[in-house]
Amino acid sequence: MTAEQAAAAPLKRTPLYEQHQALGARMVEFGGWEMPLQYSSILEEHRAVRTRAGLFDVSHMGEFQVEGPEALPFLQYLVPNDVGRLAINQALYTTLCLPTGGVIDDLLVYRLEAERYMVVVNAANIAKDLAWFQEQAQRFSALQIADRSQATALLALQGPEAQAILQPLASVDLATIRYYRCLPGSVAGLACLISRTGYTGEDGFELYCEAEQAPVLWERLLAAGKERGLVPAGLGARDTLRLEAGYCLYGHELTEQTNPLEAGLAWTVKFEKGDFIGREALLQVREQGPARKLMGLEMVERRVPRGGYTIYDSDTGGESGSSGANGRAIGVVTSGAPSPTLNKSIGMGYVEAARAIPERLVQVEIGDRRLAARLVTLPFYKRRK
Amino acid sequence: MASLNHPADLKYSKTDEWVRVQGDQATIGITDYAQDQLGDVVYVEIPLTPGQQIGRDQKFGDIESVKATSELVAPISGEVLQINELLKDHPELVNEQPYGDGWMLVVKLSNPAELDDLMTAEQYIAYLEGR
Repeated sequence: MTAEQAAAAPLKRTPLYEQHQALGARMVEFGGWEMPLQYSSILEEHRAVRTRAGLFDVSHMGEFQVEGPEALPFLQYLVPNDVGRLAINQALYTTLCLPTGGVIDDLLVYRLEAERYMVVVNAANIAKDLAWFQEQAQRFSALQIADRSQATALLALQGPEAQAILQPLASVDLATIRYYRCLPGSVAGLACLISRTGYTGEDGFELYCEAEQAPVLWERLLAAGKERGLVPAGLGARDTLRLEAGYCLYGHELTEQTNPLEAGLAWTVKFEKGDFIGREALLQVREQGPARKLMGLEMVERRVPRGGYTIYDSDTGGESGSSGANGRAIGVVTSGAPSPTLNKSIGMGYVEAARAIPERLVQVEIGDRRLAARLVTLPFYKRRK
Repeated sequence: MASLNHPADLKYSKTDEWVRVQGDQATIGITDYAQDQLGDVVYVEIPLTPGQQIGRDQKFGDIESVKATSELVAPISGEVLQINELLKDHPELVNEQPYGDGWMLVVKLSNPAELDDLMTAEQYIAYLEGR
């Protein structure tokens, strides 16, 4: 740790910190938290999740409880997606927008009871989101908001073997839980909310439990899954998995300077549901069309596009095949990594709408060179069902 | 750091390269510490050809791991004799055998006195602990 880091606020730790230490995890700072980057190797953990299963500690994520007769009107006003269509024990993905349409965070909203919801937010945004929730809640009366982040742990069991590993420990029939549905139950005798959600592009479950029960739950899951090849997996693999699956990461693809329409999240913006914060700005974006679009990038060579690299127009003129360095800047890379599944370097980035054409060749500036890349539609990877 | 290996017969640079001297030739690679920090190496790019001169502290290539891109820096100056072609298809050798098949360059030393500026294994280990 450098002197600079040591002088900053101490990093927060999840209830599983000791388990990570015992497993020899390499820890890194992420959004103010000390989190496991990897236990063995990012590539091994990535492949385990694609072919068998991986267990992630994502207890750094925040959980807010929103409860009361006005919980639904409040959430409907707060987010662009339609919370009103949620059945009990159903979840949805949405952004949380500023009046400008800029993205404050991206969230999951669960409806747990008729008038009780759980909102799951990114770790680095907990304080910012909570302040925003409380400020907006002043327009409503019959409503309580509670930050349950400290008391709640979250484990993600992801991969094609997830259901087979979890079922013997679970109190409920997992086959009855469809994608983006959840059920309260128990795992290894510990009370959990069992949710069929994830951030890897694989089938899997996210288990919300009381923080103090997380260590036992973690150990029981790892032991139960051993025979089926379950491994602990860190944030490194979580990032390469979500990138292949085309999922946005807050701070990269989503910021207060991006809107959900340009981020490819138009499906989460329900203009017809009524008023919500950001609606007017987003309507305008929809009418004019987004100025830029989030695209996938596949490098022709093996160098890796990284966040912040500039994307240039390719001046091939179609037929000539030349690739001089004269094309102008048309975008910026937001995330990139070598893809273990595709065996090539991939990334995501924003590209001027007029240039954001699938299969179009562009160039990414890496060091002092511009290297050819192909724009592609997201996602890079879709599991077979 | 206890499980990392830094052999006594090599010289080490502050940018985490090692040098093995045999006569007037030197083999260059990155240390066990460096490969461990990088994690899975997926690509090594060394845009040099035999006969070219490289200078001390000069960048001689890039190494891509899953999580980051890092520069390779020459710990000594010399004439490039060989580049490890195996790394093109097997970049993982840098992780698996950093002092063996994961080597990167062989150069002909142009200023052997530069070797005195490099660290011994003992000094390098102390340097890592102070980081």
